[in-house]
Amino acid sequence: MKQARFEQQYRPLWDSLEQQLDQLEALRVARKKRLPLDRFVADYRQLCHQLALARERTYSLELQQYLNNLVLRAHRQLYRYNPPLADRIGEFFASGFPGAVRRQWKWHLISALSFILSITLAWALVQQQPEMVYTVVDEAMLSELELMYQPEDSAGGDIHAGREGEDDVLMFGYYIKNNIGIAFRTFAGGLLLGVGAIFVMLFNGSFFGAIAGHLINTGGHEAFFTFVIAHGAPELTAIVLAGGAGLRLGWAIIAPGQWSRLDALRLAARDALPTMYGVFALLLLAAFIEAFWSPRDFDATIKYSVGAACWALLYLYLFFGGRQRGAGKG
Amino acid sequence: MLIDERFEVETPEGAMLSLSLAGPVTRAMAYGIDLTLRLIIFAVLAIVLSLLGKMGIGLLLIIGFALEWFYPTLFEALRHGQTPGKKAMGIAVVHANGSPLSFNGSLIRNLLRTADAFPLFYLLGFVTTLISPRYQRLGDMAANTLVVHIEKTETTRKQHNDPANPPDWPLSAQDQLALLAFHERRDQFSEARQQELAQLAFPELSPQLALQRLRSVTRYLLEGAQ
Repeated sequence: MKQARFEQQYRPLWDSLEQQLDQLEALRVARKKRLPLDRFVADYRQLCHQLALARERTYSLELQQYLNNLVLRAHRQLYRYNPPLADRIGEFFASGFPGAVRRQWKWHLISALSFILSITLAWALVQQQPEMVYTVVDEAMLSELELMYQPEDSAGGDIHAGREGEDDVLMFGYYIKNNIGIAFRTFAGGLLLGVGAIFVMLFNGSFFGAIAGHLINTGGHEAFFTFVIAHGAPELTAIVLAGGAGLRLGWAIIAPGQWSRLDALRLAARDALPTMYGVFALLLLAAFIEAFWSPRDFDATIKYSVGAACWALLYLYLFFGGRQRGAGKG
Repeated sequence: MLIDERFEVETPEGAMLSLSLAGPVTRAMAYGIDLTLRLIIFAVLAIVLSLLGKMGIGLLLIIGFALEWFYPTLFEALRHGQTPGKKAMGIAVVHANGSPLSFNGSLIRNLLRTADAFPLFYLLGFVTTLISPRYQRLGDMAANTLVVHIEKTETTRKQHNDPANPPDWPLSAQDQLALLAFHERRDQFSEARQQELAQLAFPELSPQLALQRLRSVTRYLLEGAQ
């Protein structure tokens, strides 16, 4: 068959497919204008056949290109995967997230250990030699921190005084931008052979440890700990998990095992992604607690018990959430 | 057709799809457009929200965060792999098997952007794009995605009244493709240039005759003898 006849014969099919595709690709189509799509799959098969014919018979490149693009568009629509969103989100929090964290427990443990060790080390150093704090924090920032966490009975602005609803929203925005940005960067940093992730864990750990140690030296620790204990649970956990997920990526490149490095990286990213969704949710929660609960001025006992409850609930969820009864070790 | 790397994918129906991969320069330009757009959105919102005082700054920080991290993902997942910048440059993100980009795929490639941006100005991403045979940056490798050109081609061609004559030499598939491509581009060349090119095929004929000969064979290939 010559090309002109071929085109003439199948042109109506191509035109109709193009219309169906326009409709499928549009986000929303008015009900009245909707075309029936029950022939879409059959039409698509025919189109694939015609593309193969056009190539076999060496019809013009332009026609081949046109058919190729049409097949490409139809292929995209046919293999689109869109399960209902609400179900997936529900299932994710019920079992997907804690399960994903437990499956990668080794990496999260390494990440947590590097974080906790650097906290302890910095803390101990600053307790022993108070001036060591200046190796991680400069003087201006330190005096600001001291002012923020002054002992309750002394005069002057502590964090609780003079805060209004507006400040809470401001700080909420700040925590979201800052903390979630750090977590995402930690994850991506893991791709650089894990170095980026470990660096963030060590840096933040020693920073936190040095501040804590310093505030105990200067007597501001009660204001500090009553402030951080509640939101610290989701926040510190999330940073550790982001570090663990990042390490998993880095290790896939360092030691891919039986896979090629590229495949190992793909698998690692797929495994780590649920954890990152969870990290995002945890940090939203942390920002919310940090902005709206942590600065509230309550008795230290209340703050500590609420904080302890946060830690306990979060770890019960991560350790036992979504485990099937009798399913053995998760 | 663009002069570019092509990547072949076989669909379950047995048709070979040919994707044309987008290179680093096109992608950088798309990124530049997106960046400008984001900065404009941010600046406009900054002016409006600054009227709301501290609460406005809080909202602005959240929006800035969303623009930085979720702008590409949302557009790519909802708009067939195209951010506005990619759309303007005629490129889109797809999975390596040619199927449309999923939300997860988009999220992986965009979360890992920081690693590609390391240490400055997307240097690492640029280098990996050049090394990778499929022009993938690190995020693309982890998500198994490709950035491809979305081509629009029309096949409505003008009618010409050339006489139709069968070729008098054994016609190879290559010859046929070359003739048809020459025919499809005839409006892009001047008559003189066409004659010049035609003479390469028939050095023994005059330029006018050589072109006539080519045209008549092409007409025959397209429509057969009349």
